[in-house]
Amino acid sequence: MTLRSLTPGGAALILAALTALGLLVVLPLAMVFHEAFRQGLGAYLTALAEPDAWAALRLTLLVAAISVPLNAVFGLAAAWTIAKFEFPGRSLLVTLIDLPFSISPVVSGLVWVLLFGAHGWLGPLMQELGVQVIFNVTGVVLATVLVTLPFVARELIPLMEQQGTDEEIAAITLGAGPWTTFFRVTLPNVKWGLLYGVLLCNARAMGEFGAVSVVSGHIRGLTNTLPLHVEILYNEYDFVGAFAVATVLAGLALVTLALKSALEWRHAGELAAVRRH
Amino acid sequence: MSPALILAAPAGARRSWRKDSVLPGFPLALGVTLTWLCLIFLIPLSALILRPWELGPAGVWAVVTDPRVLAALRISFGAAALAALVNAGLGLLIAWVLVRHPFPGRRLVDALVDLPFALPTAVAGIALTAIYAPNGPLGRPLSELGVQVAYTPLGIILALIFVGLPFVVRTVQPVLEDLSQDVEEAALTLGAKPPQIAWRVVMPAIAPALLTGVGLAFARAAGEYGSVIFIAGNMPLRSEIAPLLIVIKLEQFDYAGAAAVGLAMLVLSFTGLLILNSLQAVLARRGRA
Repeated sequence: MTLRSLTPGGAALILAALTALGLLVVLPLAMVFHEAFRQGLGAYLTALAEPDAWAALRLTLLVAAISVPLNAVFGLAAAWTIAKFEFPGRSLLVTLIDLPFSISPVVSGLVWVLLFGAHGWLGPLMQELGVQVIFNVTGVVLATVLVTLPFVARELIPLMEQQGTDEEIAAITLGAGPWTTFFRVTLPNVKWGLLYGVLLCNARAMGEFGAVSVVSGHIRGLTNTLPLHVEILYNEYDFVGAFAVATVLAGLALVTLALKSALEWRHAGELAAVRRH
Repeated sequence: MSPALILAAPAGARRSWRKDSVLPGFPLALGVTLTWLCLIFLIPLSALILRPWELGPAGVWAVVTDPRVLAALRISFGAAALAALVNAGLGLLIAWVLVRHPFPGRRLVDALVDLPFALPTAVAGIALTAIYAPNGPLGRPLSELGVQVAYTPLGIILALIFVGLPFVVRTVQPVLEDLSQDVEEAALTLGAKPPQIAWRVVMPAIAPALLTGVGLAFARAAGEYGSVIFIAGNMPLRSEIAPLLIVIKLEQFDYAGAAAVGLAMLVLSFTGLLILNSLQAVLARRGRA
């Protein structure tokens, strides 16, 4: 369809939708960069060169590097169980896997404090063992894993359901072992879906704020992730610093969106998220 | 005949609690899934459900009926409901335009719809605050008109509209794409007016998806923290959200109190989703009839 077929009513609707998106989505994004460069490139680069900002970046990368692979393995196992077999309680399992999405991020952090905090169920035991979970990297990882639990699974489950079991059964019949079947048949079939899920999981893992904020203790240079560092700088009225660090996270969001769109356009047939359309 | 039929295990060979399959790996995959789900989600969740009762039933009741807690719950869930309502309209508009009115740059706009999913909430929070603060680019003209957005409940609603925006678009869009325009054309031929077509033909088809999207946006917004706390002003009884109260109680080492507020949020969230689900079931039944 071309612009020539555009009716006045259609044009008005397009204009309204674009205005809403411009004000709600594009303006905040532009504001991040505007505020970060308010005092020029020099101030921006100085703010980014802060050792605390680098420590926060390192921790964010470390937390994502631990949580994302764990939840990817979980997602593959869950999808294999749910999509390839029929058993009682199957739909309950699907509901449970989706549930962390409907829970407040702060509650996802709170539950770990209730378990491992100073007054937690396992708090005294942890103290005796000399293991610190809360106000420590371990707690940050646990909270992140909980918040990002569903991402890979919910992409892979519908995809594997659509693909059925015929190819795997054929491979087994022809004498392939279980792992050979998985790595040579199933995994290649779902690789783009897996990447798609990992991409979304990673974006959330690196950007998570509420859950991590509860368990981290905001110890600069130690348990501070990038989003938490944004908050600290902002609360200290270091606005250029806060927005400079925020540009790194906004850049991550834009790269995620670009990769996600590229996957949706080039591999539409191999993604559950798009095939559902 | 599909391989599944050829290879189905002979009847009575071995009765199992699940349907027989020649595929391997069920015990391992189920084991990994359940272990991870228990360790990461179910055991921690059980702490949330059990720990408030250390205060006794009367103590839990005292916590959740405390005026400050009640106000915070009202603000979180009230603002989430309003934001979800606004997102129903906005999401419908954007989905409709993306599907039915192609324009140059449509793919870019389509991709941008997901930005609130991808942008870390803290970044969204400080950006919205900068825009709507009394000296911000939109805050200044608005405050000259006597409307203050930042540091008021209005700011909370705005942040929640931002985080919930993609949900309705993404649930309604695929249904609109599958909706055949033939039916609308038939209605038009039979003399129906466009508003009649929108309400009697299009709306019933997309209503279930719309409700799903509204439910997701509501659940997300009710628990939202990062994008809200910067713009909310966080005044007790006026612009303090429930998740912030949990954080405050934890800072005072009031674990049971924090868990009680968290449990109340969980119950309210699921009640809201349950109501939306029943509404959806009613609509689906009416759609079939």
